[in-house]
Amino acid sequence: MQYVDEFRDPKMAENLTQSIKSLADKIAKTRDKPLQIMEFCGGHTHTIFKFGIEQLLPDSIELVHGPGCPVCVLPRGRVDDCIKLASNPKVIMTTFGDAMRVPGAEQSLIDAKASGADIRMVYSPMDALSLAKQNPDREIIFFALGFETTMPSTALTVLMAEAQGVDNFSLFCNHITTVPTIKAILDAPDMQIDAYIAPGHVSMVVGEEPFQFVSNRYQRPLVITGFEPIDIMQSLYMLLQQLDQGEAKVENQYKRVVGKEGNLPGLQAMAKIYELRDFFEWRGLGSIENSGVQIKAEYAKYDAEQKFNIGRAHVADPSACQCGEVIKGAIKPWQCKLFGSQCNPSNPMGALMVSSEGACAAYYSYGDIDQLIALRNVNEVA
Amino acid sequence: MGADIKIKTATITMSHGAGGKAMHKLIDEIMLSAFNSYSNGLVEQEDQARVDLAELQLMGNKLAFTTDSYVVDPLFFPGGDIGKLAVTGTINDLAVGGAKPLYLSCGFILEEGLPIDTLKKVVDSMQETASKAGVKIVTGDTKVVPKGACDKIFINTSGIGVISAKVNIQANRAESDDVVIVNGYVGDHGAAIVDARGELALDIDIQTDCEALHELVASMLSVCPDIHCMRDATRGGLITVLNEFAAASGCNIEVEESSIPVRDEVRGVCEILGLDPLYLANEGKLVAVIPNQYAQAVLEAMQTLPCGQHASVIGKVVASERSQVILNTRFGTRRIADVLVGDQLPRIC
Repeated sequence: MQYVDEFRDPKMAENLTQSIKSLADKIAKTRDKPLQIMEFCGGHTHTIFKFGIEQLLPDSIELVHGPGCPVCVLPRGRVDDCIKLASNPKVIMTTFGDAMRVPGAEQSLIDAKASGADIRMVYSPMDALSLAKQNPDREIIFFALGFETTMPSTALTVLMAEAQGVDNFSLFCNHITTVPTIKAILDAPDMQIDAYIAPGHVSMVVGEEPFQFVSNRYQRPLVITGFEPIDIMQSLYMLLQQLDQGEAKVENQYKRVVGKEGNLPGLQAMAKIYELRDFFEWRGLGSIENSGVQIKAEYAKYDAEQKFNIGRAHVADPSACQCGEVIKGAIKPWQCKLFGSQCNPSNPMGALMVSSEGACAAYYSYGDIDQLIALRNVNEVA
Repeated sequence: MGADIKIKTATITMSHGAGGKAMHKLIDEIMLSAFNSYSNGLVEQEDQARVDLAELQLMGNKLAFTTDSYVVDPLFFPGGDIGKLAVTGTINDLAVGGAKPLYLSCGFILEEGLPIDTLKKVVDSMQETASKAGVKIVTGDTKVVPKGACDKIFINTSGIGVISAKVNIQANRAESDDVVIVNGYVGDHGAAIVDARGELALDIDIQTDCEALHELVASMLSVCPDIHCMRDATRGGLITVLNEFAAASGCNIEVEESSIPVRDEVRGVCEILGLDPLYLANEGKLVAVIPNQYAQAVLEAMQTLPCGQHASVIGKVVASERSQVILNTRFGTRRIADVLVGDQLPRIC
């Protein structure tokens, strides 16, 4: 497949592995513990596991899988609110596929659908708008999730609904923002991350500038990175080069997609529809300042939260969950007490076991074979 | 007068399931006119088909009996339809056990309001597929349910076939050093259905692989009567079948990603949607585990038939107590390929 296979070339991977290894070994001599490099985005986590990139890295590099899986970090209370909306017989709830399995306090959307709620999987918010036109006597709500990657498409859909005079369409807005979250991670007292692999798709929308604070204020190198395995390996090498030179710059490995300025029409649409929330709750991380957006008052008629007066239910994470520590790199997924036993992909307790982009689910399905077996057995005995 | 009643309504109504004249007309004009034409008098409108046992005993020493229900949406998709699927699916369930498929039953559940033309198209497709495969549809049933109680047409088919005394195919017979063979491109059916639902407006041409595999199996058995394991890779796809073999046999199965045939178009659709072709459903793909020394002969036999043209050896059985499927990736790494928790769900980004 053109444009994809060249970024999965095993020969190129081998060359990069060699370059990474020799530079990492050199850096390792100056340190007493492994370098911790975080990939923020769940898309990167998925690639890392699907292609087994960690097997190619020397022990002196540890990848920390960040919180950037929007499905994983959706708190239970928001899922409950979504189910409440969907249970209204007037409503057709529409959603991306992978949100279907996210557990709320008692049910997921799949369970709610089985109990009779009209919940339909769509591939884009525009499909939901079409459904609204076909069903004028129903309210079509789109379960809007995701970082800046998906925000322009939901914002543009609202603008289109307005232009076409469609009044029975609204968003249940759960969009979250990347930069305040990275900042919260950098500010965490137990945080040790040495360098960052930054999300390519988010950057495609917001551009390079919003990440500058990571180098200016926190003196950490950051590389905006594409989603193929060669992209990630190349970006690791770029980060090592910076660390070796004692630099902390924002670099862009994903120039074939990401421009310096981002996507201006997308940003304009977002600015028109959305404003920052004071706080938004994340599963596993708790409440983070300015980390979510809501629909502005002048577009209230497209906001399901306001239209149906949904009270933001707060449901605490299970107390034994250690997702927060995994996200910050303090522990590895398999060091969590619940991993593999009480928490597994069929019955996820914590955020990171929910979607294939979550670190725990990825370790569970793809993880290091010998280690996992030993761990599963230990957990079973326990 | 009765003989003159034509099916006047263009759609199925509750009266077509009521046991009266409308029902008999429907069965006579749609079902029997299709199925009776080639069934050598087996269909005599008794409440059961009657099969001569002496004839069966000449073919082997085990009767294979299977059933499956078909509820696919949409009813018609590139390269097939629910009728073809209902016949090939059950034929394949018999064939992968090494049985020669002989007779099928078919049960229809029809939704009130279904256009009769649609039913006729489906029935004709079943007849055509069965006749091409040399299999007879010998008994059936039709029920009509109120609008909304089912989705257009549901079909159940059961099938019987005979297994030769020399054949013993079982999921628990995979042995260290056996090889794993698949008969061609995987994921076509799943990708064709996603595309046919029209939700994506992708400009691609992927046809379902829906096909009867009994002749392919016969050609394989003719050169290697001792096939150890064989299943068709329907729901859950290739990886699910491999996991079933590994679990039943208590061994590992190692597959080479680069040897697994997947069409570029299918890979493309999967990339866009965040799906994995190795878990997509197939309707004309079988996975066989055979002793290493027969690999070449079996491959050659398979490749002489259209549905085995792209047959390849994709992996091998390795002694282990872990019962896992290990995928050696194109990228030069290894990972576990486990069974999915539920359906594959398209990812957000």
